[in-house]
Amino acid sequence: MSSDEADSNRRRFLTAATVVVGAVGTVAAAVPFLASWNPSARARTAGAPVVADISKLEPGQLIIVKWRGKPVWVVRRDAKALETLPEVTDLLRDPDSNDSSQPEYAKNEYRSRKPEYLIMEGICTHLGCSPSYRPEITADFQGGFFCPCHGSKFDFAGRVYKGVPAPLNLPVPDYYYVSDGVILIGESGEA
Amino acid sequence: MSDNNNNSSGLLGWIDARFPLTKMFEEHLSKYYAPKNFNFWYFFGSLALLVLVIQIVTGIFLTMHYKPDGAQAFISVEYIMRDVDWGWLLRYLHSTGASAFFIVVYLHMFRALIYGSYQKPRELIWLFGMFIFLALMAEAFMGYLLPWGQMSYWGAQVIISLFGAIPVVGDDLTLWIRGDFVVSDATLNRFFALHVVAVPIVLLMLVVMHIIALHEVGSNNPDGVEIKKNKDANGIPLDGIPFHPYYSVKDLVGVVVFLILFSVVVFFMPEMGGYFLEHANFVPADQFKTPEHIAPVWYFTPFYAILRAVPDKLLGVIAMFSAIIVLFLLPWIDRGKVKSVRYRSTAFKLLLVMLVVSFLGLGYLGALAPNPTRTMFAQIFSAGYFGFFLGLWWISKNEATRPVPERVR
Repeated sequence: MSSDEADSNRRRFLTAATVVVGAVGTVAAAVPFLASWNPSARARTAGAPVVADISKLEPGQLIIVKWRGKPVWVVRRDAKALETLPEVTDLLRDPDSNDSSQPEYAKNEYRSRKPEYLIMEGICTHLGCSPSYRPEITADFQGGFFCPCHGSKFDFAGRVYKGVPAPLNLPVPDYYYVSDGVILIGESGEA
Repeated sequence: MSDNNNNSSGLLGWIDARFPLTKMFEEHLSKYYAPKNFNFWYFFGSLALLVLVIQIVTGIFLTMHYKPDGAQAFISVEYIMRDVDWGWLLRYLHSTGASAFFIVVYLHMFRALIYGSYQKPRELIWLFGMFIFLALMAEAFMGYLLPWGQMSYWGAQVIISLFGAIPVVGDDLTLWIRGDFVVSDATLNRFFALHVVAVPIVLLMLVVMHIIALHEVGSNNPDGVEIKKNKDANGIPLDGIPFHPYYSVKDLVGVVVFLILFSVVVFFMPEMGGYFLEHANFVPADQFKTPEHIAPVWYFTPFYAILRAVPDKLLGVIAMFSAIIVLFLLPWIDRGKVKSVRYRSTAFKLLLVMLVVSFLGLGYLGALAPNPTRTMFAQIFSAGYFGFFLGLWWISKNEATRPVPERVR
């Protein structure tokens, strides 16, 4: 068959159909490769809840508990630290935690179930550094947490100050009191 | 008697009949005519190629001893440094090579900037070059995670978190990149694969495309004159000389000088005062403790300073990526017809000075801990950096240029 007898409509349809089928096949074949980058089953099970004993915490002390590979802070706030919370409200970006991430029972001024104990993920909402604990109250800074990477500041409830790069308050994980001195991080329990 | 078009005989003739060996050698070396007025700035292309070879060779040998495992990576690097014969040299060549790569590439890019080597008809050379720069940054970033020191770990944590600033998909995207809830063994393993296999392949392909595109249109020169406009009877540019032997020999001088300086660093100051190998990276990665001061390696600090200059997460990330994207657009931002700085306006020269000062200033600030004064300066320099491109677009429309000569001087 010579070229001028070729049915160009038919050719175009066959070319287009081949391209479409090939593209669908390529996308389908790419899925397993891309999906292999998701957290593996092992990484996901490592996200199981952890128990922390908080009965020996001194006032003002911070301990770090490992949960999902992240540092989770447990801070026993003293009276002075708690007093600063209402004082700094005007300096904060999201004082009522409307945009931030926390369970319903921690959406309050203390961002915790019990005012004295703060349980919070120690990962800056800016770029994932772990801020340092600054319990000293000075003229410049009412105390709380300071991120050394990009200078973000947080109050004693992990609420972010205005004018720093971090956009949100530090996240609070799900947790509940198994007993007075023991908490379980990663689940909200029944209460 | 020859059965090919190159009049070669013997073994070469046999090969030439089956593979265009002589043809390629002539096209790219012995009959590739480069302008005769190349100066100092033209060393850095061939030096970049040299450093690429150094990185590939030392990298291959390092993988023979390194273990991409969260529990063993740091120890295996120490093992290379202490127990492997000459392992310290392999590693220092590789770590110094990384910094040398960026020095050479930044100077190479600056050359293109001052002589207008990105302008028509060399836009694609510039684009391939920019993709090389991008691949190089990815390569350097992922390679830096492998020693699994504190700076490796937290640097990766910060850079991966940049993608978390993308609305809606950000958090899922960072989880997908890390393969875990934080930077972990999974992240290290995949970065290793990308660093030693995937990115180098892309990089090599881009280098080949960069050179093919260059040899298609021909090299620019310090006068910004197209030498192909003036040819002799044989079609050879009057102002051109064969790359080989003239520039191959000239580049050899550059290679010797470069290797002397390179060796001084490798043997006497491989850490370069904490700029080539950061002090915090001699401490094993600790996912619960961020170092007091974290900064990227020097070649990323200008972009990092731009990120920090903006007190908003998403806007900061956008500003940082824009600083790189704007470079891609350079051939279209510059609307001028005159290539070389030698014949461009005073306004262009002033803009160039502003860019250099801003870039160096940002680089300096990006390595330091932030404070309000430094942040203010970083904002000024960021404005200077972007101001160059804005200003260039503005002035190049009706630029008061000087007459460009017909032939190179």
